[in-house]
Amino acid sequence: MEMTVLSSGLLTTVQDLGRLGHRRQGVALGGAVDAFALQVANLLVGNAGNAPALEFSLTGPRLKFSGDALIALCGGGFGDLPDWRLVRVRAGGEISLEKCRAGCRGYLAVSGGLDVPRVLGGCGTDLRGGFGGHEGRALRAGDGLKVKRGVLEAHSMRPDAALHHFIAPEIRPAYSRSPTVRVVRGAEAGEFSGEFFQHLFTVEAHSDRMGLRLTGPQLERRAKAGELVSSPVAPGTIQVPPDGQPIVLMADAQTLGGYPKIAHAISVDLPLLAQLRPGDTVRFQEVALAEAHRLQQAREHALAILREGLAEKLH
Amino acid sequence: MRFARACAKKQVMKITPLGDGALVVEVAEKIGDAALLHVQALVRELERNPLPGTIEIVPAFTTVAVFYDPAKIGSMDALRNELMARVPRTIPRKDKSVVREIVIPVCYGGDFGPDLAEVAAQAGLGEDATIALHSGAKYRVHAIGFAPGFPYLAGLPEKLRIPRRATPRTRVPAGSVGIGGAQTGVYPLATPGGWQLIGRTPLSLFRPENETEPALLQPGDRVRFQPISPEEFAAWK
Repeated sequence: MEMTVLSSGLLTTVQDLGRLGHRRQGVALGGAVDAFALQVANLLVGNAGNAPALEFSLTGPRLKFSGDALIALCGGGFGDLPDWRLVRVRAGGEISLEKCRAGCRGYLAVSGGLDVPRVLGGCGTDLRGGFGGHEGRALRAGDGLKVKRGVLEAHSMRPDAALHHFIAPEIRPAYSRSPTVRVVRGAEAGEFSGEFFQHLFTVEAHSDRMGLRLTGPQLERRAKAGELVSSPVAPGTIQVPPDGQPIVLMADAQTLGGYPKIAHAISVDLPLLAQLRPGDTVRFQEVALAEAHRLQQAREHALAILREGLAEKLH
Repeated sequence: MRFARACAKKQVMKITPLGDGALVVEVAEKIGDAALLHVQALVRELERNPLPGTIEIVPAFTTVAVFYDPAKIGSMDALRNELMARVPRTIPRKDKSVVREIVIPVCYGGDFGPDLAEVAAQAGLGEDATIALHSGAKYRVHAIGFAPGFPYLAGLPEKLRIPRRATPRTRVPAGSVGIGGAQTGVYPLATPGGWQLIGRTPLSLFRPENETEPALLQPGDRVRFQPISPEEFAAWK
C-alpha cells in the first residue's frame, strides 16, 4: 500500500522516537516533538509505539491512500479527521489535514508503519543533517510513501469494535494555549534574578523543531558570571542567550550549548510545549527532580496499560 | 606528560542534573589538553563498565553527560555515587589512548576559499604564507557537536585568529574550511555560517550511511591540513 502526498503542508516529516547513541557525533536526538502523541497514534493502529509516522505543523498535508488503511491522528487537531481514535480509509480515499483546529503539531500513524530505511538507529528525518525519514527532507507534493503491512490487516481487517474506541481526554497531556510547564532547576539557575517563575512568556514566530523561542521579561544574569564552556544540552533545556529571552530546546536540539541553562522542562510536559503556536503563552513552575521522575514513570505506566488494552481489542 | 600529572593533583569534579534524563559530570574547568584527557578517560571507563540504566554518554570539552532511564537506575543517589566512584579512579597519568592523526586535504583559496585574501590581509601575510601557516600547524579535536560531525579544533596559530564575518553567509558548502576567532574547523554539511572561508576539503566529515563511525573525526584526534590543487580536489574519490 502506498500513501501519496497531494499537498505537503508547511513542514511534514517522517518521525519516530529519535536516535540514541549518536549525540557524541553531533547528531541530534530528533524524533517527534510530541513523543506522547506519536506513540498513542501508533498504538491505536496496532503499531509499536516508536514506528515511523508523519509529523506536521500548523498546516498539515493532503494524502491519498492506494489501499484500505487504518489511521490515527493524535496531538494537534487537523482538518475534519476525528482525532485520538482509529479511523478507516478505503482504497483511493483522500484525507485533508490542512487546517489546524487545535494545538500545533499533528501525528498521523498508519497501520503497519511507514516503510523508510533505518539510518543511525532511527527512522526519523534529520532536517539539518539531511538524512533519515523520506530522503532526508520534508515531504513534497507527489511523494509516495510505502506502508508496511500492519497487524490489523493480517487479521483480515475487522477492527470494527476498535473503531469505537478513543483516547479519553484525561489520559492525554493537559494541552492548552497557556499551559503551566513544570521544570527542574538548571545548572546556572542561581545566576538569574527570580522573575522566571512569576512571569508569562509568549511563543515567538520563528520557533521550530530545534527550539521554542520565548519573549517575556528580560532575564538578567549576574554581571560577575563569566562565559561558559559549551556543554551538553538536551530537549527541554531552557537556555538564556545574552538578550535575556529564553529558548526551550526541542527534539532537534543541538548536542552542545554555551548559553546558561536556567531550567529544564520535565519530560512529561514536553508535549505541552510541542503543541504551542506562535502567540501562545506559557508559565513555568519548579518541581523537584524526584517528582519529575515519578510523573514520568506514571506516564510510562499509563502508556503500558494503553498498549496492553489496545492489543487485546485489536488482535 | 607533565600537564596531565599537574592537573591530576587538583582534580575538579561536579555533578549537575541536565533536566530529568541526564547528569553532567564536570571533570575540568578550562578547555585544554588536560580536560580532554580527563573527559576521554571517563568516557572509556563508562563504556567499559556501563552504569545500570544509562543509555547514552556524550562528551564535551570539560564535561561528560550521562543520559539515563529513571526507571532503571535504582535511585538518583545510587547513580550519583556510582559516578563519583568512577571519576577519581580514571584520573589519567598519561595519554594511554592511541591518538589518531588524520590528514585533511584542502584546496585553499579561489572559489573554495573566498575569504582567503581577507584573512591574509588581516594577518599581515601573503596568501601563500597564510596557507603555509594554516597547513603547517598541528590541531587537535576537543569536541564534536553543534552539527553532525562538526569538529572543534584547537591549535590555530595566533596570527590567523581572525574574527568571524560581520554578516554570516546563508549557505556555506559542505567541506568548507573556515576560521572563526581562535577556532578553525570544517563544515561537514551545507549550513548557514559566519566563519571566514579559506578553502575546501573533498573529504566527507559526516557520513550518515556509516553506522559505526558516521563522523570522520572524534575527540582526541590530531589533525593536519594538507594543501592540494584544484585538479587534485576534482580527482579526489
